[in-house]
Amino acid sequence: MAFSQGHLLGLEGLSREEILYLIDTAASFKEISQRDIKKVPTLRGKTVVSLFYEASTRTRTSFEIAAKRLSADFVSIASSSSSAVKGETLLDTARNIQAMRPDCLVLRHAAAGAPHFLARRIDCPVVNAGDGAHEHPTQALLDLLTIRDRVGRLDDLTVAIVGDILHSRVTRSNVHALRALGARVRLVGPPTLLPPEAAAWWEVGHDLRAGIRGADVVMTLRIQRERQGRNYFPSLDEYARYFCLTRDALAEAKPGVVVLHPGPINRGIEIASDVADGADSLIMDQVTNGVAVRMAVLFLLVNRARASGEAESLAESAPLRRKAG
Amino acid sequence: MDAQGVERALARITHEILERNKGTEGLVLIGIRSRGVDLVERLAAKITEIEGVRVPTGIIDITLYRDDLSRAGQQPQVKGTDIGFPIDDRQVILVDDVLYTGRTVRAALDALMDFGRPRSVQLAVLVDRGHRELPIRPDYVGKNLPTSATESVQARLKERDGADEVVLVPEER
Repeated sequence: MAFSQGHLLGLEGLSREEILYLIDTAASFKEISQRDIKKVPTLRGKTVVSLFYEASTRTRTSFEIAAKRLSADFVSIASSSSSAVKGETLLDTARNIQAMRPDCLVLRHAAAGAPHFLARRIDCPVVNAGDGAHEHPTQALLDLLTIRDRVGRLDDLTVAIVGDILHSRVTRSNVHALRALGARVRLVGPPTLLPPEAAAWWEVGHDLRAGIRGADVVMTLRIQRERQGRNYFPSLDEYARYFCLTRDALAEAKPGVVVLHPGPINRGIEIASDVADGADSLIMDQVTNGVAVRMAVLFLLVNRARASGEAESLAESAPLRRKAG
Repeated sequence: MDAQGVERALARITHEILERNKGTEGLVLIGIRSRGVDLVERLAAKITEIEGVRVPTGIIDITLYRDDLSRAGQQPQVKGTDIGFPIDDRQVILVDDVLYTGRTVRAALDALMDFGRPRSVQLAVLVDRGHRELPIRPDYVGKNLPTSATESVQARLKERDGADEVVLVPEER
């Protein structure tokens, strides 16, 4: 059992074994964050660079804390303060960063496929921290770790994902992972916020109560106002009336249901305050687990790069050693 | 070394630990994954038989403290550390199956110090096969086994491997 990829670009195409290996490794890193001294030396002398072309506090901070708890140096570049404002292309920026020999690049970009584009062109591991509406693999991994911690299993789950499916990279990553794990998934939202291909992924529905009926897990999604160039629903009030996850609606789900939200939450729009803060809500556990997941991803990718680098340099020096012997 | 030999060695080590530390006051046992964990459980059970006291036991995973991850060849399996008690001012008995270069123990000592400041750390091993690369020595040894560096020593334990034995495997080269 291992994780054989050189990058973490998405969860699409990963096997059940690879996903479970990532989650198991993350689970073993959780203990480090509970110590007095929250640091292990394993990535000492390694440099992780984060390049964020979109606003983020949670994800960027989470990657930074993860890198630092592994003793890596962390350099953070936000597009607003980078040469991107002077017109430099993504590739030129990445090449310049690479010239400074980082050991891992964490990228968030508004364009789907941006991390894949870079991964083919630079020679250090790339982690996708969200690309457009495409994937956000570490978020889905932390969702799965959080579910497994509370529910006790990842097999035989019924998961309802509610809200703005169309713009949700979190949903796409979760869809791929949950499919690999054999879960049943329902996608629930207004027709305008369900992408045409959604029906091909899973069961879709437009009614909140019917959609979450009997579910083990309800994931609510943020209404992404900044991505909505045109109006997908008449008003936020109307959206909330039909799709806000209230305590009353949640009673339709299975007893012991857990509620997840990738954050930041819009209270009273996609989730009621008493649900977000209630005993069924795992939103803060998700944030805690996010650090462990990102530690695991950075650890595995940087070590893999280090191991393959040494293998190459050993192969190069092999003829010399034979000659000497 | 057969099952009886392993059993006798562990019984002797238990008595030596209790003798040197004058009982169980402040004593904790911490095993290095994987087989050190099994040995810790055996030693703890023997201490309970003799003294009627259950000493705290913990698990240490040294993967994140190793100096040779890039040479390991395969992807590391991190299984986690579990020390559910403060180790400040305790007498820690660190337990592993085979002592060889001393690098594993070096890593375990570094990991241990991140959890606190023990009064002392003593090292117990089932087999000492020599070839130290660091200035580390054991306090309790089941058996000294002179080996050549091309051989490999395997400690097998019934919890994990079905039976207790220590075998010398000539390296295939």
